[in-house]
Amino acid sequence: MKPKIAVHKFSSCDGCQLAFLNAGEQLLTLSELVDIVHFVEAGPVAPDEQVDIAFVEGSITTPHDVERIQRIRSQSHYLITIGACATAGGVQALRNLVDGQQWINAVYASPQYIASLATSTPIAAHVKVDLELWGCPVNTRQVMAAVRALLFGVVPEIRRDSVCMECKREGNVCVLVAKGQPCMGPVTQTGCGALCPHFGRDCYACYGPAENINTPALVNRFAGLGLLPEEIARRFLTINNAAPAFVDAARSVQP
Amino acid sequence: MPKPKNKQTDPPRYPLRYLARASLPALLDSLRAAGYRCIGPQLKEGAVVYAELDTVEQLPRGVHDQQSPGEYRTQASEDERYFAWANGPQAIKPWLFAPRESLWQVARDEHGRLRFRETSPQVTPLAVIGARACDLAALRLQDQHFLHGAHPDPYYQARRESLFIVAVQCSHTAATCFCASTGDGPRAERDFDLALSELNAGYVVETGSQRGASVLAALPLAAATAAQRDAARQQSERAARLQTRALPGRNLRDVLFANLEHPRWDEVAARCLSCGNCTSVCPTCFCHAESEQPALDGAHSEHVREWDSCFTQGHSYIHGLTIRAETRTRYRQWLTHKLGSWHEQYGRSGCVGCGRCMTWCPVGIDITEEASAICGEGT
Ligand code: SF4
Ligand code: SF4
Repeated sequence: MKPKIAVHKFSSCDGCQLAFLNAGEQLLTLSELVDIVHFVEAGPVAPDEQVDIAFVEGSITTPHDVERIQRIRSQSHYLITIGACATAGGVQALRNLVDGQQWINAVYASPQYIASLATSTPIAAHVKVDLELWGCPVNTRQVMAAVRALLFGVVPEIRRDSVCMECKREGNVCVLVAKGQPCMGPVTQTGCGALCPHFGRDCYACYGPAENINTPALVNRFAGLGLLPEEIARRFLTINNAAPAFVDAARSVQP
Repeated sequence: MPKPKNKQTDPPRYPLRYLARASLPALLDSLRAAGYRCIGPQLKEGAVVYAELDTVEQLPRGVHDQQSPGEYRTQASEDERYFAWANGPQAIKPWLFAPRESLWQVARDEHGRLRFRETSPQVTPLAVIGARACDLAALRLQDQHFLHGAHPDPYYQARRESLFIVAVQCSHTAATCFCASTGDGPRAERDFDLALSELNAGYVVETGSQRGASVLAALPLAAATAAQRDAARQQSERAARLQTRALPGRNLRDVLFANLEHPRWDEVAARCLSCGNCTSVCPTCFCHAESEQPALDGAHSEHVREWDSCFTQGHSYIHGLTIRAETRTRYRQWLTHKLGSWHEQYGRSGCVGCGRCMTWCPVGIDITEEASAICGEGT
């Protein structure tokens, strides 16, 4: 019997699911290797089925989410988060740092119909997560490599080196050194292929913190480039807003 | 033509020639006619980088560079010269030691057995135009590592053997250059096929090999005059004189290893991002990681080698343990290897004084300053 896979969605933009949908021929290969039993955006709907691998996109932002993730965990052998929302709260976790209710009141005409939590939290804050795939969005290479490794019965390899390592392999010119751009590459985890620097712009950290990062040193450097404290804080708080290393760095300049 | 006595240490003496700047395209033509793909310096994304060179118009005419720790800028000028800059982020390294390449492939045959297949390096002979003395010194070290051990690297070797080098003698010094202190420049004395000293209207041309001499055969050359030779020598001397940085000694091995607990390691670790840029731009660094990249269907896989760094976690991961988990020990590994244990391994320090690691360090960590702080000045 083929292993079963589900793709679940929580609070998110659906972009990470495109890592599967845009995979082209690999999507056909995948459907031969596994049974995709639940993947609403692609068609199959069976949210309660027992699966071997559950991919989870999105963060926990409503009381309903809190219950649903428990159920998904209990019916899944491996649970893998995909993307910045599921792994580090996402853009919507900016509300963790302020009074979210105030925002709801300001934005919605009838705020009483909005049932959301005060925070947006990563999946790992609620249930055990077996593997976290970072990125906003994650790419096809990451999700397929994870599936392949699990099918082989080995632990998927996740590199947490800096974007700089890949940037140099790609032969990009460093935008921080040569143009003075506030590039987040030195503290950001590799995986995107150094996409932004390749097109001459600074990395904005969508792959989340690299391992063994030194945010105070980069904060200092950004200050040296002339960035104001709030501009520095914004470099760290854009996408992965519940990643502790980034939140701490932002708070260090703008308490 | 005089015969070389010893190819390594005593290059053959060919007469110095002079090539007018207007005739530089003829050099490219001649290299192409000899079967080389030309690679040369070009201004891209704000830096002088090596790329495929079709015409001399692509060369960075009038471009000057200004370098300091953590900062690199270029300026345009009316200067007619093409090589009026010190160096850019790359040396020759990426052209020989590929940032990423497949070493072998493995596939299952119809009986499910694994079949391994070598990937042979695809090589078009390259001519690199613009290599500096420090780049050549680094090349000798990479040769030593990749070619002169028990198991020469066939990928490096294939590319290296067909490499043609047109060196350019430095006329400009960046504030980050310190090749004079390591004994590697600024004049390239050997291991080039041709070397150009760029003057206001043309080039004094040194020939370093028989191949170089044959590439020159079709060019409109004159004998270099005494004035041209003097001008070339003087600008090299000036480039050496203008260097302000230096390492505290040529062999720091003992003093570095005697200072493994020096407080400076903590101090530099507080500034270092552990990003690995220094090792990637260093023309002598050769560390790499290998990994398996299987196709989704699991029927075949590619074994890939790519640049790695002593600043990554994976580089010191052995059997469930990361030996160098924090930046202090990673930086210490880099410096004590580069300036210390290289002496045992390769008979000299691993630093050729190009200054790239400090320019391209996002936070401007200066190897000469760190070495001096740990070893003491003038060791
Ligand atoms: S250690 Fe730094 S200065 Fe020395 S060769 Fe490497 S990059 Fe150049
Ligand atoms: S010395 Fe500079 S370039 Fe090297 S790892 Fe540290 S911060 Fe990065």
